[in-house]
Amino acid sequence: MRIGVFVCSCGTNIAGTVDTKRVASEALSFADVVYATNYMYTCSEPGQQEIQKAITEHGLQGVVVAACSPRMHEPTFRRAVEKAGLNRYMFEMANIREHVSWIGTDKEANTRKALDLVRMAVAKLRFNAPLFSSKAPVNKRLLVIGGGVAGIQAALDCAEGGMDVVMVERKQYIGGKMAKLDKTFPTIDCSSCILGPKMVDVSQNEKITLYAASQIESINGYIGNFTVDIRKKATYVNWDACTGCGACVEKCPSKKAEDYFNEGLGQARAINIPFPQAIPKKAAIDAQFCRQLNGKKCGVCAKICPVKAIDFEMKDTIVTEKVGAIIVATGYDLFDYSVYGEYGGGRYPDVISGIQYERILSASGPFGGHIRRPSDGREPKDIVFISCVGSRDASVGRPYCSGICCMYIAKQAILTKDHMPESNSYVFYMDIRSPGKNYDEFVRRAQEEYGVQYIRGRVGKIYQRGDRMVVQGADTLLGVQVEVEADLVVLATGVESSSGAGELAEKLRISYDQYGFYMESHPKLRPVETNTAGVYLAGACQGPKDIPSSVAQGSAAASKVQSLFAHDTIETNPQVALVNERNCIACGKCIQVCPFGAIQWKELRGGIKKAEVLQTVCQGCGVCNATCPPKAIQLQHATDNQILAEVNELCA
Amino acid sequence: MKRVAYYKGCSLEGLATEYDRSTRLVCEAFGIELVEIHDWNCCGSSPAHSYDPLLSSALAGRNLAIAADQGCDVVMTPCPGCLKSLKGAQETCEDPSKRKAFVDLVGRDVDGMKTISLLQLLYEEVGPEAIKKAVKRPLSGHVLIPYYGCLLTRPADRAKFDDPENPISLDRLIEATGATAPDFPFKTECCGATYGVTRNEFVGRLSGRILDMASQLGGEAIVVACPLCQQNLDMRQDQINKFAKRDFHLPVPYISQVIGLSLGISPKKLGLDKLCVSPDVLLEDRAGDEKRVQEQAG
Repeated sequence: MRIGVFVCSCGTNIAGTVDTKRVASEALSFADVVYATNYMYTCSEPGQQEIQKAITEHGLQGVVVAACSPRMHEPTFRRAVEKAGLNRYMFEMANIREHVSWIGTDKEANTRKALDLVRMAVAKLRFNAPLFSSKAPVNKRLLVIGGGVAGIQAALDCAEGGMDVVMVERKQYIGGKMAKLDKTFPTIDCSSCILGPKMVDVSQNEKITLYAASQIESINGYIGNFTVDIRKKATYVNWDACTGCGACVEKCPSKKAEDYFNEGLGQARAINIPFPQAIPKKAAIDAQFCRQLNGKKCGVCAKICPVKAIDFEMKDTIVTEKVGAIIVATGYDLFDYSVYGEYGGGRYPDVISGIQYERILSASGPFGGHIRRPSDGREPKDIVFISCVGSRDASVGRPYCSGICCMYIAKQAILTKDHMPESNSYVFYMDIRSPGKNYDEFVRRAQEEYGVQYIRGRVGKIYQRGDRMVVQGADTLLGVQVEVEADLVVLATGVESSSGAGELAEKLRISYDQYGFYMESHPKLRPVETNTAGVYLAGACQGPKDIPSSVAQGSAAASKVQSLFAHDTIETNPQVALVNERNCIACGKCIQVCPFGAIQWKELRGGIKKAEVLQTVCQGCGVCNATCPPKAIQLQHATDNQILAEVNELCA
Repeated sequence: MKRVAYYKGCSLEGLATEYDRSTRLVCEAFGIELVEIHDWNCCGSSPAHSYDPLLSSALAGRNLAIAADQGCDVVMTPCPGCLKSLKGAQETCEDPSKRKAFVDLVGRDVDGMKTISLLQLLYEEVGPEAIKKAVKRPLSGHVLIPYYGCLLTRPADRAKFDDPENPISLDRLIEATGATAPDFPFKTECCGATYGVTRNEFVGRLSGRILDMASQLGGEAIVVACPLCQQNLDMRQDQINKFAKRDFHLPVPYISQVIGLSLGISPKKLGLDKLCVSPDVLLEDRAGDEKRVQEQAG
């Protein structure tokens, strides 16, 4: 084989700590290498042309590029060699940037390691064989997981483009966190007035199938052809019949159910429709609090229901949907502030979270939109807001900024003044982070027009004095300790990843960071894609985000799906397992270990059994390859021979 | 019987001998053998570590090394200041960049040693349930304020015990004796510490706040586990009264004395007579009264 080696300097990114010239010149001595050079930016257009020119001039049959991580540029170079007439799999990449130059400063050692990596790539390439993709049809249906504002936006955009959309929402209603908000910053427009119509659109759009109170059970398949099992949780109400009249809710005698929608500030009935504008407007029974379901005599709802929708025997059911792409929009959760002992650790009823205060402000909230304290129902006069509760605090494992709290505090302080002109609001803050359109102006308005007192410093302790709370903290601008007496304390609880995010990521085979936020494919250039083809991200499941950014990502993910669905077929990945039937002893071990069910029996003439790989289902994980006793099953492009060739070079 | 090395530190030799006596009696009652560290020396306290952290670690570390030589792997100290120094020595020994210097000075490593406070020993090794079972003279009807001070549970990554901001171990131990322990908001506030010597108006203000809040909550006594807090709140209570123009009269017993009382150990043996503010109120037997009230009501 005639092999060419191209060593990239990546400006000074690589050349700064690796002698790229030497790597290129020494590479010339490796077996089969007939051409080697180094270039400033190999990924640039002239850099790619250099490769193509060398392929023709030197009759190259394989190419090694020693540069960055293959994650970004392997597709670039594969396209380049393909244009010059080579098979795209006659190409190997040696990562001498992330794996060498960026992590070591010893130039001599780095250069030696870079040479090792190049030698391994060349050794592997000598065993490469041309591979060819086949085409698989694309199922032009979309699954949206999560019915918050990001998911709603993505679903509506795609439905408008004529695609069928399946939306799965874990809760009984869609709208997510935004449905709980009273107003939105920086325009103080009513949250439910702008979200409500979109929620209605979802329920009325014929292209959208909504599964609320449902969860993803399993996901199989690949881009263009996913099979999704959805668990519809038992709501004990037949939603096909339920009209949402609410008669059952009114008569339910179990009045002390947890009011999740009002963040525990009120009490709900065991059978409940969480809020007046809920979509779908259907009742569901909270089994934990239902008398009938706990063996007591009741069944009032079943008697009162005019359409006989109550079904105490209901069980979870599994439905299967086939889709071609998935948008994950599972949102976020809020930090549990009870870990902060200095803020009372959840002991004081008048120390509440930001989202609880949002419910208090809301006209459909527990107090009908009148600001009252949870403890005694009295209207508070002095209110203290504390920012960064579970944000920017490494001691509670949350070193990142949640990005939204500074703004929602300013909004809540403004709304407080609107509700109660005689009230005083204080904000303890670390820094004010308001980088958004009209955001900083908004915070300034809170300070200057609404007289909200901003105190720069942390709070060290909150305690009760009589029926008021004393907030003790530092004013670091004045360099003094301050004490503020308050009737109500609102903690700006930060954003954390949604509960169950990790489990879902495993089902989707996408990665997540140490905080549970899903990883985008590239932090700048592929912000809504994941590393699993056909799975896209939208909203706060990827990281803390405000409403405008979540909506923008919803639309961005939708546009990605639309460009995928613009094709009728998709090229399959040929880097899959392949059985050499002459060596297969039909032990069936590969069938047992395959996590994707991609291997089945095949019968040859005379009833001889052999294993067979379903190329479209195989994900190329290689478990079968490692398991197969006679090594009859080989993962293409990572065969035993290729890996051994690399190891041999490394150990030589 | 559990063997625990006992590092009493200088306070318990001098001003706080009653803490030492009551600690020994309570440990004995629960079958814990206290092995006194042979030829122990000062932990170095604040002066050593403000002069040279390595000196502080070496001074405290020597005691850990002796305890290890005596075959103990747990060292208990009732004093939070000593606790901090001993734990600091352990950290220094485990820090690769300082380990050599430490071992050179101390003569051996102290790997695997664990230092705990008396509070942690009583809470985790004995436990409120066992105390409850052993109580002979319940303190029911008494309202006792749990006060931890600033150092017992902090800094959190060094103390590794209880919640640094809202600890509850002392609360649970007080409740185990039958007494009521109100939720005390100033349980970890500063008492003024060594400013009692140089700037005692600080102690007047800071300890004054603690006494004020304790009496607002109906406390009859403030229960402590730190000799310095005890000294400020008890011995300086007159000074505080003068400074704050108040008339506080709150006894400040150690947790070991309170538990000792509930076990039926004599007040004299526990050194209750050593307290400046008379703790006589604690000796009133209200358990019987309560029972009678309940019987009458029932």
